[in-house]
Amino acid sequence: MTHIQPINKDLPPPTLTINLVTWLRINLFSSTFNTLLTLTCLYLLYLTIPPFINWAFIQADWFGDSRADCTSNGACWAFIFVRFNQFIYGFYPENSYWRVNLTFILFVLLIFPLFIDKFKKKIALASFILTIYPIIAYLLLYGGYFGLTIVETDQWGGLMLTLLLAITGSILALPLGILLALGRRSTMPIIKILSIVFIEFWRGVPLITVLFMASVMLPLFLPDGVNFDKLLRALIGIVLFEAAYMAEVVRGGLQAIPKGQYEAAKALGLTYWNSMIFIILPQALKLVIPGIVNTFIALFKDTTLVLIIGLLDVLAVIHNAFTDPNWLGYSTEGYVFAAFIFWIFCFSLSRYSQYLEKKLHN
Amino acid sequence: MMIPESPENIASLIPTQPSFWYNPRVHAILFQLIALFAVIGLGIFIFHNTLINLEQRGISTGFDFLNREAGFGILQTLIEYTETSSFARTFIVGLLNTLLVSILGIIFATLLGFIIGIARLSSNWLVNKLATTYIEIFRNIPLLLQIFFWYGAVLQTLPSPRQSYQMGEMFFLNIRGLYLPKAIITESFSWVMLSLAVVLVIILLLIRWSRNRHQTTGKTFPTLLTGLILLITIPTITFFALDTPLIWELPELEGFNFVNGVIIIPELIALLFALSIYTAAFIAEVVRAGILSVNQGQREAAHALGLKPQQTLRLIIIPQAMQVTIPPLTNQYLNLIKNSSLATAIGYPDLVAVFAGTTLNQTGQAIEVMTMTMSVYLLLSLLTSLLMNWYNARLVIRK
Repeated sequence: MTHIQPINKDLPPPTLTINLVTWLRINLFSSTFNTLLTLTCLYLLYLTIPPFINWAFIQADWFGDSRADCTSNGACWAFIFVRFNQFIYGFYPENSYWRVNLTFILFVLLIFPLFIDKFKKKIALASFILTIYPIIAYLLLYGGYFGLTIVETDQWGGLMLTLLLAITGSILALPLGILLALGRRSTMPIIKILSIVFIEFWRGVPLITVLFMASVMLPLFLPDGVNFDKLLRALIGIVLFEAAYMAEVVRGGLQAIPKGQYEAAKALGLTYWNSMIFIILPQALKLVIPGIVNTFIALFKDTTLVLIIGLLDVLAVIHNAFTDPNWLGYSTEGYVFAAFIFWIFCFSLSRYSQYLEKKLHN
Repeated sequence: MMIPESPENIASLIPTQPSFWYNPRVHAILFQLIALFAVIGLGIFIFHNTLINLEQRGISTGFDFLNREAGFGILQTLIEYTETSSFARTFIVGLLNTLLVSILGIIFATLLGFIIGIARLSSNWLVNKLATTYIEIFRNIPLLLQIFFWYGAVLQTLPSPRQSYQMGEMFFLNIRGLYLPKAIITESFSWVMLSLAVVLVIILLLIRWSRNRHQTTGKTFPTLLTGLILLITIPTITFFALDTPLIWELPELEGFNFVNGVIIIPELIALLFALSIYTAAFIAEVVRAGILSVNQGQREAAHALGLKPQQTLRLIIIPQAMQVTIPPLTNQYLNLIKNSSLATAIGYPDLVAVFAGTTLNQTGQAIEVMTMTMSVYLLLSLLTSLLMNWYNARLVIRK
């Protein structure tokens, strides 16, 4: 007689319970050195965090019309609230704020479907954003048609200008960057050398010198009588600069595509451009989206440099507000506010790019 | 289906030469010629326009302006400079100031970056989270904003010279800057330098000897420790054996300001703070990636071979981590050098502020000035990448 042992399922591992004390011992006080580190860090936090919270929240003045309303020792956020519209829109006429709002809402609505996986007509939408949308945006912001009053570009400013420069700069730089990346990997020696020289030149010089160049040298390069407006000159500089960085990002993607793909495209008898457009680029660009987002973040931070050539981006508007005799001495509040705006944008974008990277690797 | 092997059919299978216009070779040559002519054409167009524009505005061309008298003062000069110096001199002064802030920035950013990068991997939860917070905060705020913050919000709150913070009678910190004692070298200091040179030669010989001995006998010799001890003790002994090789000139308050000593201007302090703190956040990520790139198995294999922890770190982990770290680290250094040009926003007299700013405004010779400025940065980039490529090529483990 044989005894049949009943087949039992494996028991699940015992649930690991860690109480607070154990957790503290493992993560904070595992050795003498770690204990020392923890205590030092705690002391540093104690020195910085409570005074900051006290300054920024507890003792802060939130509302008011002038510095007379800021009586406590804390931050004077009233300064920010009073100037808020200017920080966002620059000197754009107040009754036309809706035009700026509409332009950006339209942009967000248009770009949103691109991030949904199920949305099928991405290429059509992307080409719409690249071709038609800029015209709509320009007409809305600059005006002159359909009864919209003309708003000269020297009145554009604040966060609106920062976003405008960063977004337009990247959108225009991407196609140029793709061409340069293809050029750099081309087998044609002249094209290759021209691309390398272009890319390495722009990557080798600081953006400030590029902006200086755009503002003082570009007028000299153009035929007599042709003159670009200051914003456009800065934008040209930014696009050329950014294209070189985009090119290097795209080149990374092109290199990551296995050789078989290139050879298969050739074997099918596709011409160079057909194989690039239908086979290589769709795969390569998908790989480099995180890289493109990172380049965009860098550009978004770098657009603050336009204040040096006299454009009024968000940092410049905040910086100028410090000289207002009604609000002297609140520069810290201004800088903290500006830092907060930039941080929100850059941090969320970098998290998004990390998420994309993770998704790609899985 | 079988294809009868008649001579005509075989001939039809051999690819014929494509017609002239569809030949890829012809395509390539034509395309390149068009591109070349387009670039040359654009160049001629720009050159022609520039000549006309310069003539109309009455701007002279050429580099003669470099010999003219500059006529403006500069806040910080590392070499002798007066208002009567030439524009060529302003270029050198600006260049040296750029190099000063870049080199100091690279040193501080590397130190801070390595510390934070290692803290980011710490098993201590609090240290780990603090390092992460540091990185996430500072790399997501524009550098220019950080420079303004240190300069406009922090350093402006320092007291006036009379109420300076001071450490002994040697260091003074106030709104005008940081005052340090100035070292004046006397003649006998050359003996200290000589002893330093002798020690360096001895250390080089020691390294060669110990390497040879290690190759032949397998015995190791604590070269690093011996070298360090020699390097510190011998020059120090020489220094104190001599009669006052250095004289310290202390800063003194005279009237409303300090005289004597060395002053570090607040512009330099703000720029250094911002550049180091900003770049350190990026370097920390580079360091972290480098350390994580070394497989855990490598450490275990080294232990299995009987290497001590110290040896494992020096011979196994660091060489492999360095390989991953060097290229992105180079990029960060280059970024720091290029970012030092933001100095112009707070008036630190770097190359861009002094030369592409003041000199350009005074002479109006945009083309020459911008070409010289950009060439400097291009050259610096090129030199740094060449140096790092050479170092990297030496470092790559031959597989």
